[in-house]
Amino acid sequence: MKVTIDQDRCVASGQCVTAATTVFDQRDEDGIVVLLDPSPPGELADDVRHAAAVCPALAITLTE
Amino acid sequence: MTSTIDSTGAPGFPAARAAKCPFDPPPTMQALRERTPLARVRLWDGTTPWLVTRYAEQRVLLADPRVSADMTRPGYPSPAPISDAPISFILMDDPEHARLRRMVTAPFTIKRVEAMRPAVQKIVDDLIDDMLTGPKPVDLVQALALPMPSLVICQLLGVPYTDHDFFQEHSSTMINRDAEPEQRRDAAGRLFAYLDELIGEKLTEPGDDLLSGLTERIRTGELTRPDAAQIGVLMLIAGHETTANMIALGTLALLEHPDQLELLRDSNDPKLVAGAVEELLRYLHITHNGRRRVALEDIEIAGGIIRAGEGIILANDIANRDPEIFSDPDRLDIQRDARRHVAFGFGVHQCLGQPLARMELQVVYSTLYRRIPALRLAVELDEVPFKHDGSVYGVYELPVTW
Ligand code: SF4
Repeated sequence: MKVTIDQDRCVASGQCVTAATTVFDQRDEDGIVVLLDPSPPGELADDVRHAAAVCPALAITLTE
Repeated sequence: MTSTIDSTGAPGFPAARAAKCPFDPPPTMQALRERTPLARVRLWDGTTPWLVTRYAEQRVLLADPRVSADMTRPGYPSPAPISDAPISFILMDDPEHARLRRMVTAPFTIKRVEAMRPAVQKIVDDLIDDMLTGPKPVDLVQALALPMPSLVICQLLGVPYTDHDFFQEHSSTMINRDAEPEQRRDAAGRLFAYLDELIGEKLTEPGDDLLSGLTERIRTGELTRPDAAQIGVLMLIAGHETTANMIALGTLALLEHPDQLELLRDSNDPKLVAGAVEELLRYLHITHNGRRRVALEDIEIAGGIIRAGEGIILANDIANRDPEIFSDPDRLDIQRDARRHVAFGFGVHQCLGQPLARMELQVVYSTLYRRIPALRLAVELDEVPFKHDGSVYGVYELPVTW
């Protein structure tokens, strides 16, 4: 699984961080998403899919 | 579209809830969702915007840049005869919306919110200590539901809590859909003046809070002082009305579902508590008047077309009960995965304070019933005064005892 993010779209809701803490983080100054792991291990796939599904800004793209 | 009701027969919106179940959306709206994803409804002023009834279409439209949140555009579905005071970026479109919103997102990162958890726990414990030593029965709204989020948002914004009577009164007038337009305008004006003065003070003596952060932006010319005051009004209102209603209404819902309350009370698992919060957000949908938008272009959706200039209402309450997404949706089940709910909206306008709201609710729900296991309603359910008239749903009072 490959993860990409679009920081311009992100609205800093932090839902991705809640869903997959080791894959996503937020910038301190404005909460915009930061990608920690662009190819997360298989056991995190569900969490990452969930992050992409709840992201209100559709800022997370997955290629499986 | 054949299944769509034509505008002459459009049902009135908002519709009344069924008297017997104060937690369920209005039965007429639930029935509408079963019939069609897109229906005309009639508002107080005779206009007939589209009501988007289902989850899938709501998510698509809320994320569509051709759908505008700018209430000054013709066709915007007016919630009530309201004041013309703008409530900052929630009623703006990008790029201006994004520019202003990003100025206030820093305190709401997951990290910063988690860092506030011990302080919130202390506030909740202190308020419960007062409840336990005070007289019974007690109104849970005044004892806990309102002061807790109010104290938190005051700390975060840098607003003196000693002024809370003043802004609580004016903020509830501002969002009361039955208040006269002049009353609403007056309340909005007073809140604005209050925030403007406070920002003036912080310009000379900044502290370590959100409003002081905004004065930095005023100094650099990124933000005007009136825009900063408008953001202050928005955050103050949003920060306590919604969470307060979730605390009181959520408590009532749990007391009416003792098996669910027991599960929550007996668990030490933060995951279960977090899940319960999501389920209560889904089930209670306190923003019961729907999200309001207007189409900027013709939009094809659900086999129909929403024309440019037509109003759109996204009814999150009935979307959260959409059986396509949530099985047995009318059942409160704190163990289900409810995280996809649209209680906070969707798209770029999704609630900015949601990490804070979640954490506050997790702390309250995991503390209150553990510390007062015998908590119960002190009146009959039908004596509880519900906020049918408010733009945020909840209860005016919740008399409890133990
Ligand atoms: S869920 Fe989406 S909008 Fe929210 S922080 Fe993550 S990327 Fe940004």
